[in-house]
Amino acid sequence: MNNSLPFGRDAQRAERVSLSFNLKTNTMSDEQIRNLEEIFEARIARDEKIEPKDWMPEKYRKTHIRQMSQHAHSEIVGMLPEGNWISRAPSLRRKAALLAKVQDEAGHGLYLYSACETLGVSRDELYEQLHSGKAKYSSIFNYPTVSWADMGAVGWLVDGAAIINQVPLCNTSFGPYARAMVRVCKEESFHQRQGFEIMLKLCNGSPEQKEMAQDALNRWWWPSLMMLGPTDAESIHTEQSMKWKLKRKSNDDLRQQFIDQTVPQADLLGLTIPDPDMKFNEETGSYDFGEINWDEFWQVVKGHGPCNKKRMKDRVGAWEEGAWVRDAAMAHAEKNEAKKLKKAI
Amino acid sequence: MKQNNLYNYILSIADNSLILGQRLGELCGHGPTLETDIAGTNISLDLIGQCRNYYQYAAKVQGEGKTEDDLAFLRLEREYKNVLLVEQPNDHFGYVMGRQYLFDVFHLLFMNDMLNSKDETLAAIAKKGIKEVSYHKRFSGDWVKRLGDGTEESKAKMQEAIDDLWTYTDELFDMTEADKAMVSEGVGVDVSKLKEGYYKEVSQLLAEADLTVPESKYFTRGGKKGIHSEHMGYLLADLQYMQRTYPNMEW
Repeated sequence: MNNSLPFGRDAQRAERVSLSFNLKTNTMSDEQIRNLEEIFEARIARDEKIEPKDWMPEKYRKTHIRQMSQHAHSEIVGMLPEGNWISRAPSLRRKAALLAKVQDEAGHGLYLYSACETLGVSRDELYEQLHSGKAKYSSIFNYPTVSWADMGAVGWLVDGAAIINQVPLCNTSFGPYARAMVRVCKEESFHQRQGFEIMLKLCNGSPEQKEMAQDALNRWWWPSLMMLGPTDAESIHTEQSMKWKLKRKSNDDLRQQFIDQTVPQADLLGLTIPDPDMKFNEETGSYDFGEINWDEFWQVVKGHGPCNKKRMKDRVGAWEEGAWVRDAAMAHAEKNEAKKLKKAI
Repeated sequence: MKQNNLYNYILSIADNSLILGQRLGELCGHGPTLETDIAGTNISLDLIGQCRNYYQYAAKVQGEGKTEDDLAFLRLEREYKNVLLVEQPNDHFGYVMGRQYLFDVFHLLFMNDMLNSKDETLAAIAKKGIKEVSYHKRFSGDWVKRLGDGTEESKAKMQEAIDDLWTYTDELFDMTEADKAMVSEGVGVDVSKLKEGYYKEVSQLLAEADLTVPESKYFTRGGKKGIHSEHMGYLLADLQYMQRTYPNMEW
């Protein structure tokens, strides 16, 4: 329970509830907290935004730190598989576009970490959670990018699945997250089109290029479906997240939406979805699809995917090798402050 | 080709931007902070953008129907005319910032002069590039100062980088045949005239950064003649990988 004083926009309403706040013990009674929670839930139900300084239940704060930091970590780790092709991009135009894309991801990471910081956790703490393995990031980035076509497939499928997950978050209840997601989604949607365009070029190219594209689709299809999360029966966070508008549709619904959106695009490319059970269902107006290998999903989530160790080694390595640089920047800033102070005296 | 000197001249400028942009691109996602990562990628993007303008123009001048990618990706190592400085590896962040700063000071002086070129395309590229390069120099110069005047460790590392990279600075001011011909036509920049201002500016910043200006009078040169360091072949192996493996395809 968060027993701190309420303040900010919600203060007046909250004040009425907490008039009998016990100044001696600095705590609120259970009843007071329940009242605050009721006001809080009512605000969310009215689609009001919760801002960082508003009172919020501790669980809400923790859930948001977990989800936003997980999202931020995914952006940062996600830079690695695509960064892998910057030096080998096949044309200057593609090299520039890929650089810009990976830079966008760093930008997303930056403002998602900042959104987390509004809830009282530092970026260093969040990094520590990532590096120690305590915090998760999107499992999809534990697959290797082995050909140029993977830059197309990642944009088209992985960013495509990410958008399906993220668009509803533009209306989520926590203000800083909702606002960050508006920008993130705009850029992700550009990335997805860019990825599709890479695929289109390959599919209209030589037989080798088309084969490269099909191979990438074969490898990325199933992990992309897994990206939308475990089936509803297995998902532990869904109900609470729905209430807080951190989630508006179930994992299975989102997955179906992704499939229905993507299959016609694959047709347009002249590529085959690697699922023999994939079939349009006239009754439902959706595509039926085959069994997802959830054993593989859990294997990767638990740290045993093809690149889990490498991704962490790269992130931790960059952090540790950069320590002397960050220390130097701090030391220099402190020296400058001291100089300014001396001048002022 | 009628305009052989102009073609070679443009390529030599373009190659500096391409190779430095390539080196910075290698670091993407591996920087010491998210902010430096974003800035490094940004500088790389600017440089790749600049070299595209140059290569497109060079292809036009050459008039053989080649594209920017033909010129950027499909030459032999000996045909790349970038200075040795820009191909030096990302050994540590001190090298990255040192290499950047030692090039940026030159690059800005160069661009400021190219603004007056009789060649309208080159003058236009300079006009756009000056804003970018001014930012690059501010960024790299600030980091040289931070690292020089940071901790004992950072000072030692920054000094190490400056000492090692210093040997490549003098080549920046070598005049090739193409340089001389282009200067005489009012198109090119007389880089030999930039030398004094360059060393003055760099020395001043190093002093501010509490670093020692290297006293060595021995310099290494060769890039401008296409004789590169051992690092270059590996850099090109990455850069050219796709174009060499899958020739004559559109991407």
